[in-house]
Amino acid sequence: MSDGRLLRAAVLALLVAAAALIAARARYTADLSAFLPQAPTATQRLLVEQLREGPAARILIAALGGGEAPERARVSAALAQELRAQGTFASISNGDAASLERDRRFLFAHRYLLSPSVVAQRFTVAGLHAAIADSIESLASPEGPLVKPLFPQDPTGELLGILDGFGAERAPRTSAGVWASRDGAEALLMIETRASGSDTDAQERAVHAVQGAFAHACAPPGASCGLTLTLSGPPVFAVTSRALITREVVRLSGLSAALITLLLLFAYRSVSALFLGLLPVAAGALAGVAAVAAGFGTVHGITLGFGVTLIGEAVDYSIYLFLQAGSPGAADFRARLWPTLRLGALTSIVGFAALLPSDFPGLAQLGLYSVAGLAAAAAVTRFVLPDWIPRRLALRDLSSLGRQLLRGVHALRRLKPALLLVLIAAVAVILLHHGPRLSRELAALSPVPLAEQDLDERLRTDLGAPDVRYMVIVPAASAESALAASAAVAQRLSPLLADGTLSGIEAPSRYLPPAAAQRQRLAALPDAETLRARLAEALAGLAVRPGVLEPFIADVAAARTAVPLRREDLAGTSFASAVDALLVRTGGSYSALLPLSAASGDLPAQAIGRVQSLLAGNAEHAQLLDLKGETDRLYGSYLRQALVLAAAGLAAVTALLAFALRCVRRLGRVLLPLLLAVLAVAAALIACGHELTILHLVGLLLVVAVGSNYALFFDRLALASAHASPERTVSSILIANLATVIAFGVLATARVPLLSDLGSAVAPGTLLALLFAAALSAPERPGPR
Amino acid sequence: MRLPAALLLLVLPTIAAAAAPGGDFDALMQLLATRHQGHVPYTEVHEMAMLQEPLRSSGELFYQAPDHLEKRTLTPRAESLVLDHGVLTARRGTRTHVLELAAYPQIVPFVESIRATLAGDRAALEHHFQVGFSGDLAHWTLELTPRDPAVAGTVQRITLEGTRDAIQTVTIRQSDGDRSVVSIGPEIPP
Repeated sequence: MSDGRLLRAAVLALLVAAAALIAARARYTADLSAFLPQAPTATQRLLVEQLREGPAARILIAALGGGEAPERARVSAALAQELRAQGTFASISNGDAASLERDRRFLFAHRYLLSPSVVAQRFTVAGLHAAIADSIESLASPEGPLVKPLFPQDPTGELLGILDGFGAERAPRTSAGVWASRDGAEALLMIETRASGSDTDAQERAVHAVQGAFAHACAPPGASCGLTLTLSGPPVFAVTSRALITREVVRLSGLSAALITLLLLFAYRSVSALFLGLLPVAAGALAGVAAVAAGFGTVHGITLGFGVTLIGEAVDYSIYLFLQAGSPGAADFRARLWPTLRLGALTSIVGFAALLPSDFPGLAQLGLYSVAGLAAAAAVTRFVLPDWIPRRLALRDLSSLGRQLLRGVHALRRLKPALLLVLIAAVAVILLHHGPRLSRELAALSPVPLAEQDLDERLRTDLGAPDVRYMVIVPAASAESALAASAAVAQRLSPLLADGTLSGIEAPSRYLPPAAAQRQRLAALPDAETLRARLAEALAGLAVRPGVLEPFIADVAAARTAVPLRREDLAGTSFASAVDALLVRTGGSYSALLPLSAASGDLPAQAIGRVQSLLAGNAEHAQLLDLKGETDRLYGSYLRQALVLAAAGLAAVTALLAFALRCVRRLGRVLLPLLLAVLAVAAALIACGHELTILHLVGLLLVVAVGSNYALFFDRLALASAHASPERTVSSILIANLATVIAFGVLATARVPLLSDLGSAVAPGTLLALLFAAALSAPERPGPR
Repeated sequence: MRLPAALLLLVLPTIAAAAAPGGDFDALMQLLATRHQGHVPYTEVHEMAMLQEPLRSSGELFYQAPDHLEKRTLTPRAESLVLDHGVLTARRGTRTHVLELAAYPQIVPFVESIRATLAGDRAALEHHFQVGFSGDLAHWTLELTPRDPAVAGTVQRITLEGTRDAIQTVTIRQSDGDRSVVSIGPEIPP
């Protein structure tokens, strides 16, 4: 072994050890949330954070189906009790009377702190008279039965006032004493985990805990029940997505590795060549993972899925090496093959590098993984493989295949005019469909099946907790000032409630008024003597029997000594999680969230305009956020960025090729088939009714980056001096192309849209690039035999 | 905090119907079933232990077969309660409460007592109440006692009195002794 070989082997061993170390220490995740875009604006950051960490991301919905209503109610109660005992859940709500009663008692006990109508004027003689007269009228009205038992303690109707302020949210239907779906066929529970929504391990444990508790509640020892448990909600989606991604990545890697191994065995008929050929791939994968781990800290499962594609491209290098190098001598390889291979690898690397600046973490990871992986694979092919090729490597003779292929290439060249038809057809399809329809919704990338998304929406609607689309966000420096701002903004928007533009404004201050407001209310309460004297006067003309209102005087006297409620005081009521959901801490600052709802569902444009005009120039810096719109805008900005990056990548590839080939004709022969392939694939996707996603766009860029290799080797075929034999060259091109098409084709079968979109663009694209490149190639000259 | 549960008591007053033949409870039911709509004035007197004087209110009742019921209170203050296709809407001043009847099984018997009586639906009536019929078609009395114990805790008995197919009074006796009597006047011509 020469010194040079020894040195190269040592350097390789060192690099492999270092990469293995980094890869082994990297954090791996398959959480889709880690793949969410990093948002550029503060509101969008808050939005993404809410999507990942917010209370909405911690809510599990459990639906108990089958059996009879009383049985479902029993299991619902038993399930709730068991989960409450576990302590890993922040709250479990199933609509049982006890919880509702607890909430009602809490509101009643603290009504003088919570009711916005508690002001000094209310407790004057005139104020008392008006409020009590109003309550007496309501005794005979719809609220009569509710008002009657409260009247002696609450003749001014503060509890009803508070409840009224809560608006007309639709409560879930109750069946046999617990929440039920609208059709009554399922009992429903809302379960909030303590763990954050982005902690998928904890969410997985929570899902298992609910399933275990259900099995326990459903079948006490010696018995069993015919009920079924359906779980939904973001935690379930996170857990199942992660499992799906992991499963898919393993399946796809295994499948494409197996198929490519078969292909190589067919091509080489040599096990040692097969293993040597997989060496650049292994090195590339290791380098890719190490680079992503070093660059991002966390390697996403999806990135490993994209890595499947690396197998397809990196394996090409050794195919060229084994099948084209006339003799296995290293010098021959370096002189004849390496310049073309290097240019091919460089164009691919330049293409993938265009993804590096992307703000979409997935694309940036894909870019870095591929750049590092391809560089490593090319370097191993160049510096290591030639040393290791056995002197007598008996490979299959592909000359006869090559001759047939060359005949095929000749036939394709005669079909060159047909490419014009392809061009016209593709352009016509694109124009007929008014250009590519770009998918504007982030949801298009979700691996959660549509049926499960629909089920989730139905359960949420049944629970009276539909996905909120519009909310006002109020930033503040402290929790207290956020509550104060929340109250001010809710007040500012209240005219829209009165005129019916809005049907509800949620606000954290509704459940936990700012301390200053609570103190003001306490200060408005008169002492017992004053109140008794004013009451005596106020009751003149009202039919209330003397002495009936003594409990009222006692309650007001007791309330005067109360202290303002804090968040902790809400513990045990359903208002605690409401406040946590609406008052969020982001870093060191707070935001109050005020979800808006309209009777018609979505807010009409006119309502949005009115909200915005009421918020214009407000002192609280509140702004209206359209959650869905904002998410889609966010996605749209990444889509636009991807377009720019793809264009930049194309320009860079073109510049590189122009620089390397230094001939317009040759450049045209290399570039035209690639552009034509991109157009044809885009047209085919559009014609099949696909909305193009960000991954389709990236896929089209990769058609150019990866497809350039084949075009370059056809270009080389025309150079007499540079190749061993046209038969071998054309065989190697075909085998290399098949490897790539297999890898991306397998990816296209993924059940994760991020992966399948990419595969379905690149697999046909690279195949077409090969065919078009063959058709446009210049006639080859016979090489030295 | 289920405010709408409060609605149960006001759905009760009913509506007179026009003449038809008959002789007993079944005949009364058949008689009532032939009417498809009604529009009558009413006065209501609420007697409550807490108040020295009863509360009085008046307004109009409107029925359209099979499941549209309205109670429009005109004095002392305008308010309305509408049952339509199983959805109850209560309006009082600027406040509106909407609830789906199906979501509140505890209210269903109260609405059914009226709807089923007006529709002559004996099966539905007997599903929710123990029904006592006395008198004859010329002057009959229906005594409805809620079967659901949760409802019986609030309402002891609902008594409907009428002459032939005209309901004249609806008396609701509550478990705490309070009482409301709705007196129904003659049909208002369209």
